[in-house]
Amino acid sequence: MTGHRDTEDAEPRQTLIALVAPLVPAAITLLLLTQLPRVMAGEVLTFGWAWVPSLGISANFFVDGLSSLFALLISGIGVFVAIYAGSYLSGHPHLRRFYLYLLLFMIGMLGLVMAADLITLFVFWELTTISSYLLIGFNHSNSAARRSALQALLITALGGLCLLAGLILLGITADTFDLREILTLGEQVRASTLYVPILILVLLGAFTKSAQLPFHFWLPNAMAAPTPVSAYLHSATMVKAGIYLLARLHPVLAYTEAWQWTLTLVGAATAVVAAVLALRQTDLKLKLAYTTVVALGTVTMFLGAEASVAIAAAVTFILVHSFYKAALFMLVGIIDHRTGTRELDQLGGLRSAMPITCFVAAAAALSMAGFPPFLGFIGKELKYEGALAIASEPLLVAGAAVFANALMVAVAGTVVLKPFFGQRRPADIPVTEAPPGLWLGPLVLSGLGLAFGVATPLVADTLIQPAVTAILGRPEVVKMKLWHGINLPLILSLLTFTLGILVYLAQRPIRAALAAFFSRLPLSGDRAWDRLLEGLKTLAAVQTNLLQHGVMRRYLTVIFATVAAALGFVLLRAGEIPLDIDWPQLTIKEWAALALTLAGALVAATARAPLAAICALGALGVGLALIYLFFGAPDVAITQLLVETLFLVLVATTLHRLPVFSGAHNPRFRPLDALLALFVGALVTVSILAVMQTPFDATTSEYFERTAVPEAYGRNIVNVILVDFRALDTFGEIVVVFTAAIAAATLIGHRLRRKKS
Amino acid sequence: METALAMVVGILIATGVYLMLARNLLRYLFGLILLSNAANLAIFTAGRLTRASPPLIPEGLQAPEVAVANPLPQALILTAIVIGFGLLAFALALIVRAYRQLGTLDADTMRVAEPETKPKRGRKRS
Repeated sequence: MTGHRDTEDAEPRQTLIALVAPLVPAAITLLLLTQLPRVMAGEVLTFGWAWVPSLGISANFFVDGLSSLFALLISGIGVFVAIYAGSYLSGHPHLRRFYLYLLLFMIGMLGLVMAADLITLFVFWELTTISSYLLIGFNHSNSAARRSALQALLITALGGLCLLAGLILLGITADTFDLREILTLGEQVRASTLYVPILILVLLGAFTKSAQLPFHFWLPNAMAAPTPVSAYLHSATMVKAGIYLLARLHPVLAYTEAWQWTLTLVGAATAVVAAVLALRQTDLKLKLAYTTVVALGTVTMFLGAEASVAIAAAVTFILVHSFYKAALFMLVGIIDHRTGTRELDQLGGLRSAMPITCFVAAAAALSMAGFPPFLGFIGKELKYEGALAIASEPLLVAGAAVFANALMVAVAGTVVLKPFFGQRRPADIPVTEAPPGLWLGPLVLSGLGLAFGVATPLVADTLIQPAVTAILGRPEVVKMKLWHGINLPLILSLLTFTLGILVYLAQRPIRAALAAFFSRLPLSGDRAWDRLLEGLKTLAAVQTNLLQHGVMRRYLTVIFATVAAALGFVLLRAGEIPLDIDWPQLTIKEWAALALTLAGALVAATARAPLAAICALGALGVGLALIYLFFGAPDVAITQLLVETLFLVLVATTLHRLPVFSGAHNPRFRPLDALLALFVGALVTVSILAVMQTPFDATTSEYFERTAVPEAYGRNIVNVILVDFRALDTFGEIVVVFTAAIAAATLIGHRLRRKKS
Repeated sequence: METALAMVVGILIATGVYLMLARNLLRYLFGLILLSNAANLAIFTAGRLTRASPPLIPEGLQAPEVAVANPLPQALILTAIVIGFGLLAFALALIVRAYRQLGTLDADTMRVAEPETKPKRGRKRS
C-alpha cells in the first residue's frame, strides 16, 4: 500500500495503459499479416543474432507456416484479451502490473513459437512458465490462487527441466542446436540410441505444459486466475505451447510406433477423461477449463498420426478452438462480472438483460458444438476424416473423437442455454448489459469463427495449409468445404449431435451419478499432488534433522570420519606402499623428548581434572620444543616454548572463570570415539610414512639457501624466508593474530565494561 | 627416525580427535591444541629430518657450506604456531564467554542456534 498518492494518480494512468497495451499485440499482428503472403509462398523468414557462439547457441528466430499460425493466434487474441482486461479489471489497483505480466507472457510465447535454436526455445518456454505463474497468482492475497499458481509452476517447470534435458540430448544427437537444421535430420535422430530418452523427456515437457493425463489437474486449478488470463493462457496460448512443441518436432520425432502410440493413447485418454470431468462441473469456468483439456487431448491424439488429413484436422482444430474458447472464457467472465456468480444453478434467463452477450455466446457455442456453417463444423468433419484416415487404430481415434465431441455438444448447450434461457436467475439482482470493452473481443472472435466457416479458403490457404506443410515437411493441399456430401464423417457428425443432445437432456442424473462415482475414488490427481508435496516436506524435515541436528560432537564425528574415508581412499588407490619401517636410531635425549611428548598427549587425553590436562599439555609443548631443537630448528623451538608459555598464562588467568574445579568435568571412556580417533591417527601415520617414500624435492629450500645472503642480506635462512621472501604472508599472519586478539578482547571485555558502568 | 616421529604424530592426532569428540568444551579445546601441534610436527617430519646444524649461514660465506636443516618447513611451522596460538586464544575466549552466557560447558546443551524442537511435519503455507 503506497496509499493516497497511488489511488489519486492511478485513474488517468490506468486508463492510459488500458488504451496503449492493446496496441502492442495489434502492431505485431499487423506485421505478421503483412508477412503472410511470403509465408504462404513457402518462404521462411529468419532474423536473429549470435548469442553464445562458443557453445553454438544463437538467438535466431524463424517464421514458417506453423510459427506464423501460432504467432498470429497469440498476438491476435492478445489484442482482444488486452482490450477485455481493460474493462474487466478497470479500477484494479495493479492494472499496470497485470499488463506488464501479460505482455511479458506474450513475448515469451512469441519467442517460443519463433525460436530457431533449441536453447533459445527453452528459455522462452521457461519465460512463459514464470510469467504464467505471476498471472495465475495475480490475486496474490487469495491463498487458493497462490496454491494454484505454485502448482502450475511446479508441474510445468518440472516438465520444463525434462524438456531441457531432452533438447540437450537432441542437440547432442544431431550435433547442432539449430532447430531448422535438426528438422532435416529426422532419420538420423530416430536411428540414434538416444531417441527413446529424447522422446520421453520431450513428451514429458509437452504433456505437462499442455495438461495431458496424468498432469491434467493443474489446468482447472489455474482457473483461480482473473478471467482475461484464463481466456488468454488457457485457450490460445500457454497450454498450446506443448502442442506447438509436438507439432514442431513432428518431422524429427514422429514416424515411429513409440510416438504414434504414446500420443494417440495419452491424447485419447485425456480427451475422454476430461470430457467426463467437464460434464460433472457446475462452475461455468471450470467446465470450460475441462473442455480445454479435452481439446488438447484431441489435438495430441491427431498429432500422433502421420496422415496429412489427421495433421490438417489437428491444425484446424487448434485454430477453431482458440477462437471459440477465448470467446467463451471472456463470456463467462462477463456473466461473472455482471451477476457475481458462475454457478450454473444460480443462473438463468439473462437473455433479455444481456442480448448482445447472449448472441455472442450462442455463436461461440455453436462453433464449439460443431454446427454448420461455423468453422467448428469444418474442424469436426476434418477430425472424423482424419480419424478414419489413421491406418493403425481408426476405431479408437474415431470413437474417442465422437465421444469427446458429443460431450462438447452437451457442454456447449449447457453453457449457453442454462444462463441465458429459462427462468430468470438471480432474480433479485438487476443485471445490465456489459460495456462494449467486454463484448467486443468475444464478438469479433465468434464472428471470425462464422466468417471462416462460410469462407473457408480464407483460413485454409493462409494459415492451415502452410502450417500443415511445415509440420509434414512436404507441400500439402488442404481441402476444406462445408458440404462434403453424405459420407462417413457426416454420419458420425449426426451421431455426435444425437448423442450430445441426449447427454444434455440427461445431464442432471449423469452429473449426480458421476459425483457419486468420484466421491468413491480414493485419490484424485489434485489430492495426490498435495500428498506428494507433503511427503517432500516431511522428507526435507527428516533429512534436515538427520544432518543438521545441532549436536557439535556428531558434526565433528562426521567431519573426522570423512577425513578418514578420504585418506583411506587415497591410500587404497595408491596401492601397496613399500613402507620402510626401521627401528628408529635415536639417541637417549631424543627418546626422552619423544617420551615427554607422548606422555603429555596421553595424560591430556585421560586426565580427569582439567588442571592436570593443562600441565600435561605444557609438558607436551616442552617435548615438542626439544624435538625441534634436536633436529636443527632452534627458531621453531624458541617460538614453541614462548607460545606454550603464553598460552598457559592465558589459560591460567581464565581458568577461574570456568567451572574447572567443580564436578562438571567428568570424562567417561567413549569406545566408539576412541576407535574413530585411533583410526584417523593411524591413517595419518601411514600417510606420513607414504610421503616419506616419495623422492624429496629440495629445489625451493636450496633456492632460499642460495639467495639468502646475496639477495636478502640475512644469515638466518628461516628468518629471511619469513620477513623477506614471504613477508606478505607474515604480514597476513600478524593481521590474523591481531584480529583474533580484538575478537577475544571483545568477547571477554564485554563484562568488564559493564562492570565499570 | 622419521618412523618414530610419524608414530608420534599419529598418537597426537588420535588423542586430539578423541578429546575433540568430548562433550566438554574445555576438553574440545585441549584436543584442538593437540591437533595443531600434530600438524606442525607432521610438516616438520615431511620436510625430512636431519641432525645437521640449523639453517644459518656463517659470516663471510654466501651460502651454507655444510648440509643444514631444511629451512622451508621451519618457516611454515613458525607461521603455523603463531596463527595456531591466535586460534586457541580466540577459542578460549569464546568458551569463557559461552560459559558466562549459558552457564555450561556441555556442548550438547548449547542449542541456541539450532534448537532441539523438531520441525512440524510439512510446514503450513500461510
